[in-house]
Amino acid sequence: MKIDRRCFLSLVIGGAVGTTLTPVPWKLTDDIAIWTQNWSWTPEPEDGPSKFVKSVCTQCSGGCGIIARTIGNRAIKIEGQPDHPVNNGSLCPKAISATQHLYGPSRIQGPMKRAGERGQGKWEKISWDEAISTVTEKLAELRTRGKPHSVACISDTDRNSVAYLLDRFLRAYGSPNFIRTPSSADAQELALYLSFGRQGTIGYDFKQSDFILSFGCALMDGCDAAGQMMSAFGDMDKKTRLVQIEARLSDTAAKASQWVAAKPGTETDLALGLGHVMVRDGLYDKAFIDSHGFAFEDREDEAGNAYPGYRSLVRDYSPEKVAKTTGLPEKTIESLARAFARARRPVAVTGFSNPAAASVNQALAVFALNALAGNFQKPGGVFVIDEPDYLSWTEMKIDKTASAGNQQARIDGAGTKRFAHTRYLPNRLPEAINSSQGDSPVQALLVAGGNPLYTLADPQSAKKAFEKIPFIVSFSTFMDETAEQADLLLPHPHFLECYQDVPTPAGMAKTVISLARPVVKPVYDTRHTGDVIIETAKNLGGFIENAFPWKNHEDFLKKTLSDQWETLEKQGYWTDDSSRDNSLEKLFRTSSQRFEFLPRAGFETQGSENPKSKVQTVSLPGDVNELPLVLVPYSTIRISGGAVANTPFMTKTVDANVIAQQDVFVEINPETASEYGLSQGDKATLKTPAGNAKVRVNLFEGIMPGLVAMPAGLGRTGFSDYIAGKGVNVYGLIAPAADPASGLNAAWGARAAIGKA
Amino acid sequence: MSTQSDNQTAAAGNRSSGWVVFVFFMIGLVASIISGWVAFPELLYSTKQQPIDFNHQVHLEQMGGQCNSCHFFREDGSFSGSPTLEECKSCHMYPMTGNENEQKFIDEYVNQDKEVPWLIYAEQPPCVFFSHAAHVKGADMQCATCHGDIGHSTSLREYQENRITGYSRDIWGKSMLRLGEPDHGGRHQKMNDCAECHLKETGSKGDCFQCHK
Repeated sequence: MKIDRRCFLSLVIGGAVGTTLTPVPWKLTDDIAIWTQNWSWTPEPEDGPSKFVKSVCTQCSGGCGIIARTIGNRAIKIEGQPDHPVNNGSLCPKAISATQHLYGPSRIQGPMKRAGERGQGKWEKISWDEAISTVTEKLAELRTRGKPHSVACISDTDRNSVAYLLDRFLRAYGSPNFIRTPSSADAQELALYLSFGRQGTIGYDFKQSDFILSFGCALMDGCDAAGQMMSAFGDMDKKTRLVQIEARLSDTAAKASQWVAAKPGTETDLALGLGHVMVRDGLYDKAFIDSHGFAFEDREDEAGNAYPGYRSLVRDYSPEKVAKTTGLPEKTIESLARAFARARRPVAVTGFSNPAAASVNQALAVFALNALAGNFQKPGGVFVIDEPDYLSWTEMKIDKTASAGNQQARIDGAGTKRFAHTRYLPNRLPEAINSSQGDSPVQALLVAGGNPLYTLADPQSAKKAFEKIPFIVSFSTFMDETAEQADLLLPHPHFLECYQDVPTPAGMAKTVISLARPVVKPVYDTRHTGDVIIETAKNLGGFIENAFPWKNHEDFLKKTLSDQWETLEKQGYWTDDSSRDNSLEKLFRTSSQRFEFLPRAGFETQGSENPKSKVQTVSLPGDVNELPLVLVPYSTIRISGGAVANTPFMTKTVDANVIAQQDVFVEINPETASEYGLSQGDKATLKTPAGNAKVRVNLFEGIMPGLVAMPAGLGRTGFSDYIAGKGVNVYGLIAPAADPASGLNAAWGARAAIGKA
Repeated sequence: MSTQSDNQTAAAGNRSSGWVVFVFFMIGLVASIISGWVAFPELLYSTKQQPIDFNHQVHLEQMGGQCNSCHFFREDGSFSGSPTLEECKSCHMYPMTGNENEQKFIDEYVNQDKEVPWLIYAEQPPCVFFSHAAHVKGADMQCATCHGDIGHSTSLREYQENRITGYSRDIWGKSMLRLGEPDHGGRHQKMNDCAECHLKETGSKGDCFQCHK
């Protein structure tokens, strides 16, 4: 008998055949499938009794009520709060997936100081004591040197308790430089102040309106308005007409009854053109204008100077002329004006969640339409919501250093003679620093909320300015683009881990204060920014310490919200439903005590020139021949355009013709694309005065020829590998263009050229 | 031609004969069949004892004859599963009976404030969403239908743990071919078992997402 290779092979083959006749392969396959689910990195749901906590999402300014389900100390799911006055159960994908940010790798896990060069990403862990004493020492040193006004603070809001504490801290310390990051609400709020004489927000009663005329508002595209709008549309009468004025077929335009594709940047002209038709045909609320309108007719002041009124201003905006500017047929303008005027409860909206900046004049022109319709403080109309009054504490005593510092001019130029009524000019800050000779006017910068190095127009120049600031502290929860360039990180807890008051979001027609509450115990070694401010104030001692008689932020919040605290704790929100005064008598606090069509306050700052010359559209920088196209940003509910980036879940929901791998697609009309020899999916280079970007082409019939549209919210460098490096930040391609009336950035787009890469 | 033929003959001379090859084939076949049917199940499962030998019968009598006295539905409708230490402690903070298992429970768990690491016979992987409420409340099913008459047992069975998956052998069943019903009553609990019952009771096996969310 000879045993050779064949014997061995047949033994193996016999074994293999035999094995198939046993349960081994089948059972092992099944077991291995289950074994793969036991890998340590496979997420496994917690088991145990559920708890439900009512809270509010603070990831954008929308202020949607949420209910967080927890098991043990784990947040499991976030849903809309069904009875919340803002969103009534609706929620956007960013809020739904907020737990991904809570537990994700974007979090800053504890206080850290920079170990390498700025932006290198090298950090050294430090203790909270060391972190706070570093800040205290720096601030004390600047004060000793008599330079308290060289401290600036950037925040994304000036309306909640943290912003209040920061502002109070700066005033006690001696700096006027509290700066709010830009948003589409800036021009609105200024226009509100100029024409109504009130500081606050504008609310729209969408639910009861029967005709909504939206000037490019991303009502159903961005996340700022999403909760409110989804809730309103659910309750709306089917007869409600939504007319969307936008150059691009956005989701809002697609859901509207009528889509009016006017050229971008001509909204002011269109609003004045509609006003022209309404005034010409007598289709306006004469009673309201007689009793509450100012500067509707031409007027003379006491000195005998003549000022034109709204009537003569709009005379120049005939449908024929506006048709040319906006690219709309005359018939559309005429019929739109009539439809608006004849609706029972019409409302015109602008500056509400718009992806692009708009001018104050645009806001005023749209307010005028509402005034013509006489819809102020009426169901289905426009409501004025004052700044929250719960954050008011007795004036504090300050020392001489602080008083001298507070009297210095603001570094961003807001409130100076030129921009007397503008509160914050964040887009002028980089320029102010970059153009200064010698030392930067900002010696220490505290960034508490917001992400200016991402959200400011032209963040490259802002980054250059930041390089000149010797000391930057970021209070960010996440390693965002601004935190990356900081020297010291003092991470604020995630909104699911702490108390935070959220005052009435823009667009709401009544006062709604919501309270974000700790849903879970802090996951990392974070500390509330309010606590850090109070502790720093105590460390600085003297008058500054005395200005902060609270133990911590929670103590402050409880005391300041004393009347409402119980309601907030119980139901998560407080509203003034029953106590609102909706009469027109006390509504207007302008010097005329009336609604000012052409605000006097505006003239005061700009001299007494003919206001007609000032109703101008903001022109975009750049040579039309070299840059024949216009780049416009657009919002989508699947991409977060604000300070807080997308969750990875949101990115997964984005279509393959918006992002593919690392590339962003720009929308371009096939007609325009063929002029430049571009076809679907082509790689292209986009050029604007602010920079170049590599993009891909998505042919879209729904966009006006001559435009290039890019989604806002991409091109992040911070957060985590799941989020960063996808696409391009559209605001990085749009250099700021100052609104002459306010100094605010009103760049609604950028001149651009595109070519095959 | 002739060269080729010579080579073939030479090669044939060097080979083992057909029956030897066949014997080796059979050895492989038989050995693998025996090891697959006999050794493999022995190797796949390890036998474990429960941390405490629990007497369901006694508890059932004392607690009013209802399973849900200890295995209850929470307010939100979710099922509590095995009682927690907190729940056991509400009676067994101190010895009540002098039973050695009770003493062990108090010494090792109550006094050390440690949850009992019960080995759960019906534990499903986390990818399975199973609602007790839908079955017990919705379909009015008895616990014993799936779990067997565990409530009248006086001792806990030994627990056979699958060395690869970590789950109980009860899920697949004792028989490798998945034949017959479990010795302890109730049902096997693989996906096909769920589907089979659903098909019978509701007319449909159900959709993937009903259990795999």
